[in-house]
Amino acid sequence: MSNTTQLLRFITAGSVDDGKSTLIGRLLHDSKSIFEDQLSAISKTSEKRGMAAVDLSLLTDGLQAEREQGITIDVAYRYFATPKRKFIIGDTPGHEQYTRNMVTAASTANLVVILIDARKGVLTQTRRHTFLASLVGVPHIVLAVNKMDMVGYSEDTFNAIVAEYRAFAAQLGIHDVTCIPMSALNGDMVVEHGDNLNWYKGAPLLDFLENVVIDYDVNTADFRYPVQWVCRPQTQEYHDFRGYMGRIESGEIAVGDEITVLPSGRTSKVKEIVTYDSNLQRAYAPQSVTLTLEDEIDISRGDMFVKADGMTRCANAAGAGMPSDCPLPQSACSAITSDLASVVGSPSRMASSSISNVSGAGTAMPTVAKEFEAMLCWLAEAPLDLNRKYIIKHTTRMVKCLFSRLDYRVDVNTLAHHETDKLNMNDIARVAMKVQQPLALDHYSKNRFTGSFIVIDEASNNTVAAGMIA
Amino acid sequence: MSNRTFTHLDALESESIHIMREVAAECKNPALLFSGGKDSIVMLRLAEKAFRPAKFPFPLVHIDTEHNFPEVIACRDKLAADLGERLIVRSLEGSIKRGSIVIKDPDKPRNPYQSVTLLETIAEFGFDACMGGARRDEEKARAKERIFSFRDEFGQWDPKNQRPELWDIYNTRVHAGENIRVFPISNWTEMDIWEYIAREKLYIPEIYYAHKREVIRRGNSVIPVSHLVHPKPGEKVEVLSVRFRTVGDMTCTAPVESYARNAQEIIEETSTTRITERGATRMDDQTSEASMELRKKEGYF
Ligand SMILES: Nc1nc2c(ncn2[C@@H]2O[C@H](COP(=O)(O)OP(=O)(O)O)[C@@H](O)[C@H]2O)c(=O)[nH]1
Ligand SMILES: [Mg+2]
Repeated sequence: MSNTTQLLRFITAGSVDDGKSTLIGRLLHDSKSIFEDQLSAISKTSEKRGMAAVDLSLLTDGLQAEREQGITIDVAYRYFATPKRKFIIGDTPGHEQYTRNMVTAASTANLVVILIDARKGVLTQTRRHTFLASLVGVPHIVLAVNKMDMVGYSEDTFNAIVAEYRAFAAQLGIHDVTCIPMSALNGDMVVEHGDNLNWYKGAPLLDFLENVVIDYDVNTADFRYPVQWVCRPQTQEYHDFRGYMGRIESGEIAVGDEITVLPSGRTSKVKEIVTYDSNLQRAYAPQSVTLTLEDEIDISRGDMFVKADGMTRCANAAGAGMPSDCPLPQSACSAITSDLASVVGSPSRMASSSISNVSGAGTAMPTVAKEFEAMLCWLAEAPLDLNRKYIIKHTTRMVKCLFSRLDYRVDVNTLAHHETDKLNMNDIARVAMKVQQPLALDHYSKNRFTGSFIVIDEASNNTVAAGMIA
Repeated sequence: MSNRTFTHLDALESESIHIMREVAAECKNPALLFSGGKDSIVMLRLAEKAFRPAKFPFPLVHIDTEHNFPEVIACRDKLAADLGERLIVRSLEGSIKRGSIVIKDPDKPRNPYQSVTLLETIAEFGFDACMGGARRDEEKARAKERIFSFRDEFGQWDPKNQRPELWDIYNTRVHAGENIRVFPISNWTEMDIWEYIAREKLYIPEIYYAHKREVIRRGNSVIPVSHLVHPKPGEKVEVLSVRFRTVGDMTCTAPVESYARNAQEIIEETSTTRITERGATRMDDQTSEASMELRKKEGYF
C-alpha cells in the first residue's frame, strides 16, 4: 500500500436477505482480503450446514448468538484495503428493529450502499434506509440492485427500479445517487464487471468506492476546535506551557489566526500549533493537535475555539452563491450543506427556532444557546420520560438537559409526521430541548460533529438517544 | 483538509489520539495496558503524540503471565524507562499464591487466567478505565466490540447489551465498581500497525524480525523450544529462520517461517500472507470458533 492511501468508511443497508453479508464477503473475497484460515473455517461451517458453495456471509456474521440464529444483530466492523484506499465497513442487520443500528453505523460513514432485491424492487425498507441516510447526512449514496441473476439480468427491470428510486429520493432532496446492477452471489459488478451485465456502462462497486471524492465530506470552511484537555506539564523546561489539546472537527487554523473561545466570547491569537513531530504553520480537520495562545485566558475542557472573524471562504450553497476563489467544486460545496433541512423540518419552523440563525446563509459562527431544537433518534429500550432530566454530551461538553417539547414523530416508512407524547426505541422525532449551561451549536446539515450530540441516562449511564441540531 | 497529504495512517492516528484524550479527561483513574508487544508499543507512541510535552496522565500496567519471551519483557522495561513513565507489573504468580488462580499444569498456556489477575489489579488500584491495544480485525468477536467497552462489576462483557457509539462522541460514564475497556486502535489492521512501526521507526522486540530459532513441528504449527517447551520423545528439533507475528504466551505462540529483517520487509511479506495473525500464531483461539468470545465474556481483554 502506498503512503498516500485514503480512508473511506461505508455501510451497507438493506432488508433481511437482500444480500448485505454476501456482498461484503464478495468484496473481501474478490479483493483478496480473505485469509486462508478464515476461508477454511467458513467452508467447514458451510459444509456442516449442508450448503453447496461457501457461504460468504459467514465472514461477517460474527458473534456466537447470531451464528446460532443465523442472523446479523448489531453493528460489526470489517476492514479491507486496495492499493488506492483503506476501507472500514459497518455491517448492520436488516430486521425490523433496525433504525438504531443503522443510525449508529451511519453516523461515521462517508457512504452508504443501499441494497435492493431486484425481484422485489423499492420496498418500504428501502425508503426507510434512504430517509435514515439523509437524516444522518451520509454524504454519498449507492443503490445496489442485487440478485440481478434472479431476473435474468434484465436491463428493463433495473431501469424501472432506478426510476422509482430516484423519484422517491428526489422528495428527500437527494439527487446524487449512483445506481449499480449486481449479483453479489456470482460476483457481477462487485469487483469485476463480469459478462452478464454488458448493457451497463458504469463502473463496478469497488471501482466507485476507490474513486469517489471524499475530500469535502467534512466541512472545510468553518474552524471548530472543542478543547479536550489542557496540557500543563509544569516541568522546568515547560514551566509556562499551557496547551489546549483537541481535534480540529472542521475547517483549518494557522499560526497568527484570531480565535474566539465559546461560550465565553473571549478572543486571542494562535501562538503555536504543537504536535509531537514538529510545530506546524497550519492545521486542518481532522488533525489532532495542541494549540497555544498569545494571551492567558481562562479556558477549560468543553470550551470551543472558532475563528474570530466569522467569515466563510465558502458561502452557504443556498445563500448568495460562491465567491470566485472558493476552493471547492460546486458539487462538493452543496454536499456540505446537505438537503437534510428540507427533510427534517419546514423552513418556517426553523425560523421560529431559538437558534434560527445557525441555519441562515453566510454566518460561520456557531450559536451559543441554552434552548434549541433537534431531530432525535431514541436508542434505548426504556422510553423517553419527559419528567426526567438527562445528560447531554455535545463535543467535549457534558451538561444536564430536559425535553421541553415533542413536536412530532416521523413515521420512517411513510415520512409522515405524527403528534406524539412519547418516544420509544427506534423512534425519530423533532424535539425542543433545554440545557443547564450554554452550548456552541451548529446546524447538523452544516457540521456533523458540532451539530450532533448524545443523550445519556444518568441512572443507568446508558446512551439513550442520538441528536442532530435542526 | 486537503486530503492529498492526509493518509489513512494520519486518520487512524488522529482518531486514536482523540480517544486517549477523552479517556484522560473523563475517566477518574485510567491505565494503559502495556505488554511490550507491537500493538502496545504503537499505543505508547500514540500516547506520546496525545500528551507530550507532559507526562502521561495514567500509569502503564502489565499483567505478566511469566510465560513471556524474555526479549519482550526486556523491551517493555526499556521503553517504559526511556519514556520515564510509571510501569506497574502484576504477575499471575501473585494470584496463584493467593489461591485465586489454580493451575493444573504450570507449562500449559496461561492466557485463560490473565483475566483473573487483571481484575484483581483493577480492584487493587481502583482503575475505572483500561486502555488496551486490541484491534477489531483480529477476531470476529472483536469486530462488534465498541471502542469504549463497558464491563460490569464482574468484569464481564455483554455483547448483546453494548452502548451505541455515534460520531466521535464517547460515553465514558460508569458506576462505582464498574469499569470500561477502551480500544483506541480498534480500527487499525495488522498492516496499519506495521506501516506505522515503519513510519515512526518504532523499536520493537527483535523476535518480531527473522532470526534463527530451534523449533519443533506439532500438527500444523511450528513451536519454539524454550525452558517451557521441550521436545517430546520422537520429536525432532529443527533450526529455522522465523519471526513472531504476535508475542504472547511462549507455550502457545507459534512463529512463522520468514526472512523479513525489518518492518518494510514484513509489510511486503504481510501483503502476500494469506493467514490471519491469530490463525497463524495463537493455538488457543483455534480450539473453537467462538473461543475468543467466551474468554471475553469472562473478562479477558
Ligand atoms: N441469487 C442470488 N442470491 C443471493 C445474491 N446475494 C445474496 N444471495 C442470497 O441471499 C441470501 C441472503 O443473503 P445475506 O447476504 O445473508 O443477506 P443479508 O441478510 O442482507 O445479510 C443468501 O442465501 C444468499 O446466498 C445474489 O446476488 N443472487
Ligand atoms: Mg447479514
